[in-house]
Amino acid sequence: MTADLHSGMNTGPETNMPALSIKGISKTYPSGFTALSDVTLDIAPGEIFALLGPNGAGKTTLISIVCGLARASVGRVLADGFDVVKYPLEARRRIGLVPQELATETFETVMATMRFSRGLFGRSPNPDLLERILRDLTLWDKRDNKILTLSGGMKRRVMIAKALTHEPKILFLDEPTAGVDVELRRDMWRMVRRLRETGVTIVLTTHYIEEAEEMADRIGIINRGKLMLVEGKTALMQKLGTSEMRIVLRQALAAIPAELLSWELSLGPDGRELIYAYDAQAEETGIGGLLRQIDRIGLPVQNLHTRHSTLEEIFVNLVNAA
Amino acid sequence: MNMRAVKAIYFFEMHRAWRTRLQSIVSPVISTSLYFIVFGAAVGSRMKGIHGISYAAFIVPGLVMLSLLTQSITNAAFGIYFPKFVGTIYEVMSAPVTVMEILMGYVGAASSKAIILGVIILLTAKLFVDYHIMHPAWMVAFLLLTAVTFSMLGFIIGIWADSFEKLNMVPLLIVTPLTFLGGSFYSIDMLPPFWRHVTLLDPVAYLVSGFRWAFYGMSDIDVTVSLGMTLVFMLLCLGTIQWMFHTGYRLRR
Repeated sequence: MTADLHSGMNTGPETNMPALSIKGISKTYPSGFTALSDVTLDIAPGEIFALLGPNGAGKTTLISIVCGLARASVGRVLADGFDVVKYPLEARRRIGLVPQELATETFETVMATMRFSRGLFGRSPNPDLLERILRDLTLWDKRDNKILTLSGGMKRRVMIAKALTHEPKILFLDEPTAGVDVELRRDMWRMVRRLRETGVTIVLTTHYIEEAEEMADRIGIINRGKLMLVEGKTALMQKLGTSEMRIVLRQALAAIPAELLSWELSLGPDGRELIYAYDAQAEETGIGGLLRQIDRIGLPVQNLHTRHSTLEEIFVNLVNAA
Repeated sequence: MNMRAVKAIYFFEMHRAWRTRLQSIVSPVISTSLYFIVFGAAVGSRMKGIHGISYAAFIVPGLVMLSLLTQSITNAAFGIYFPKFVGTIYEVMSAPVTVMEILMGYVGAASSKAIILGVIILLTAKLFVDYHIMHPAWMVAFLLLTAVTFSMLGFIIGIWADSFEKLNMVPLLIVTPLTFLGGSFYSIDMLPPFWRHVTLLDPVAYLVSGFRWAFYGMSDIDVTVSLGMTLVFMLLCLGTIQWMFHTGYRLRR
């Protein structure tokens, strides 16, 4: 079997090619509803990529197309160099999927379902690997339990464990921590980092923006089927985030003093806070001058604190603006 | 060929049957035994033989075929419908497996279960009826061909069905009547000419006739026609399954 590369040539996979290359993918259902519109995206090997978007934005449709569960109307997807439509077997061998819905073989034991998953992907039995995965996900003690008897969080772990049994190069985690407790979320974050260290590429969709902020190298924001932006996490937060300083006064003000107008401050609702928005990356933030001016006009300051906008705020602003 | 995937699906399905052995094996054996007692021993003892064969022995191939068909269809239909229903089908559909491998796993397991059951029923029948098998190799061939063909039909029903009601509808409303009308309990020659011709449209009639020929060397329909019609039906099922996977009918979005 040969790989189908960007150039369209049929040669072996290149070492520097993207782990996942999505080119002009659109998906329109027979009803006329367009779930995805011209999505193009490259994801590098070993990268943790977070795809954020509101409900119905197209995240799961995009993952389904890559994994062979849905067909694109237009465009193509290469997984590790293999076209998912032309060479589905080669492509799928490299992909692991943890879907959003909790779907498990209810009446089987954890170990039986793990063996099934590995066999299904054509891999030879490897009890040591299965034990390691189960231990990593604190499922080892439950290996002989029927899935029916497990809690929702444990079932979610089983789904993650199943997706890892065939040692995928690209792992899709579609809302992997939806409805699970903080402990599992932290466990999963640790596991994802360990996987990345072994070279696995991880594509994550999540509603917990804290999760993307914690783990992702790059973030893509999708809304109404369109990929609005793709940016490195740090760059995104620097580029679109804002910094804010709040100066808490001892006495309330009725209005901003004329001497401070050049800083374009705003006054807090109770009149006791002066709020100053600034560019944290700029050479001159204006903070020093402002504090000196406040001291000069004799405003009594009780406290001050600064904060940078979170990824969540950036996300909400972007989606609302669209 | 991803034989590991075939084995994984096959043994997973066989394990499911073992887990539900009371329902999968004991229940059909009991109900078929009742047929032998009622129609074979009680009613059959008061009826004259057909083509020189006692009525009890005459209905053995038909009853085995009835169980074989029902079990093949039910096992295969449930085997593919249940993962669709609970959502675990995503794993099979995103795995590196071809249609043929999926089919070998699911249809292979459903056929195996039906054949095991058919053999158990055949052995159970020996307790009530004295029968013999004239062409054992052909009997096995018909058993295999029927199990595989109707497991494929069950597989199609399992993909098509989007509710448990639909899943049960085809076996109950179509397959069971076809089996009864296909000559399980009588010779087609006993019917009036019009119904004899209608019966020839029933694919089950060819199976029962061919199967009965393997037992007693007599049949309502020529055995080569029976064999040919079964093969045609098998190819039709295979074509339909290929189309379903090619288009993603009720499998992919």
